[in-house]
Amino acid sequence: MICQECNQRPATLHFTKIVNGEKTEIHLCEQCAHEKGEMFMFPHQGAFSINNLIAGLLNMDASLKEPKAPSFHNEHILQCERCKMTYAQFVKVGRFGCASCYETFRSYLPPIFRKLHGGHVAHEGKIPKRVGGTLYVRKQIGQLKQMLQELIAKEQFEKAAEVRDQIRELEAKLNTEGGASLHE
Amino acid sequence: MNEHLFFQRALSPWMNEEGPDSDIVLSSRIRLARNMKQYSFPTVFTNEEAIQIVQLFEHLFSQKRFGNLGPFVLLKMNELQTIDKRVLVEKHLISPHLAEDCTFGACLLSEQEEASIMINEEDHIRIQCLFAGFQLREALKLANALDDWIEQHIDYAFDEKYGYLTSCPTNVGTGLRASVMMHLPGLVLTQQMNQIIPAINQLGLVVRGTYGEGSEALGNIFQISNQVTLGKSEEDIVEDLTGVVRQLIEQERMAREALVKTSNIQLEDRVYRSYGVLTNSRIIGSKEAAQCLSDVRLGIDLGYITNVPKTILTELMILTQPGFLQKYAGGALRPQERDIRRASLIRERLYQWK
Repeated sequence: MICQECNQRPATLHFTKIVNGEKTEIHLCEQCAHEKGEMFMFPHQGAFSINNLIAGLLNMDASLKEPKAPSFHNEHILQCERCKMTYAQFVKVGRFGCASCYETFRSYLPPIFRKLHGGHVAHEGKIPKRVGGTLYVRKQIGQLKQMLQELIAKEQFEKAAEVRDQIRELEAKLNTEGGASLHE
Repeated sequence: MNEHLFFQRALSPWMNEEGPDSDIVLSSRIRLARNMKQYSFPTVFTNEEAIQIVQLFEHLFSQKRFGNLGPFVLLKMNELQTIDKRVLVEKHLISPHLAEDCTFGACLLSEQEEASIMINEEDHIRIQCLFAGFQLREALKLANALDDWIEQHIDYAFDEKYGYLTSCPTNVGTGLRASVMMHLPGLVLTQQMNQIIPAINQLGLVVRGTYGEGSEALGNIFQISNQVTLGKSEEDIVEDLTGVVRQLIEQERMAREALVKTSNIQLEDRVYRSYGVLTNSRIIGSKEAAQCLSDVRLGIDLGYITNVPKTILTELMILTQPGFLQKYAGGALRPQERDIRRASLIRERLYQWK
């Protein structure tokens, strides 16, 4: 098969594009594929990526807000103090610049996250032991309390007592830690 | 250890183990995206920051030892040859993005290649654990342990409400991507895959080809992973994916059974024709090779072919990618030369088991 772009070299790359359900096949040699930016091995180059989709999503939100914006005259220069990324830049690249961006753009995030994560807006998973601080212990207590209820329901009182003691221990730890950080 | 091994062996040592359901699930992978509090994310960080981050991890992994995986080897992207980087991509140890675009990117690899940590890709680090067969829970366990160990020494960017903060809003929360590589020739042959893919998408899961976003499902190999990272625990994400994969395994087994029952001789013919092509062709493109390898692997699973090991599909799929072919040839190859090389390499490998 000959490359359909230059009609000289043999076609070694074969693409199938599906746009709105319509299938087109493209056969190119490597040089022409490079020029067209459709290199097979590294599809993220030049190809339509998730980036574009996210940027589109964020943009849509921005355009929805725009008409109401004039009253908040500083909204268009909402900028992260630490990494200097502006909201406009964030919308364009679809990436946060640093951890502080989450703080700076906080009020805009829930609708974006809701769309990306099937309606969810808050983390339910793992908490880092050190950085998560008291949150980790609080979550542990929550899990133990649930376990306690289950054990009581199953009338396993001996085990339940053990769990109760664990909860007390953690709560005591939480109190002293919380107290210590207050004095700092 | 000798770091050249990373570039020479096509099969990572972990791939040689036969995992559960390995007739259908080739491998299971867990990836965790993590960032550090005090540095800007890779999208905007300065070169100095990038270099510091690599140094930090280089130091950590040279001073301390994690678990029983042995020492990790640090490879810096700007010190590697293009072909070597490509080889790492083809083995799924690093992403194309890290290999191509991240000047200050690096990766830490465990000896057996079951764990790799990409540094300065889209996030400061991406912890990845790979297991043979269907072992998502085991992979999550290892990834979590490695994550906990790193967290003892590094301050992660974490928010009470949003969880682990990532560069891209699609990864926020758990930063977890769980995925499995599945060989589904039965579902493709019985033309069920076209109906299954949209159904899976509706469950918040994504189906892709072998080499990620936008790539074609070469050799009937599909990658299935979670999309949602926020609002579900790591365990729930893995459970949800596991449930769907279980169903797919059932469906695939049923499709294979039905094929054997209704068109045994046609199927056997197809398998042996493909085996014939692989053992005799002098020029073969990657697409044809992948299709034939898939047929041969199916033939092994169904007991038509007994002299070839199961790992042949994964091994030759990787080995016949452009990076590996050029690595073996010792230099750049033009597309036509690659097709000739690919054919002779496949013949040689299969000849071993004749």
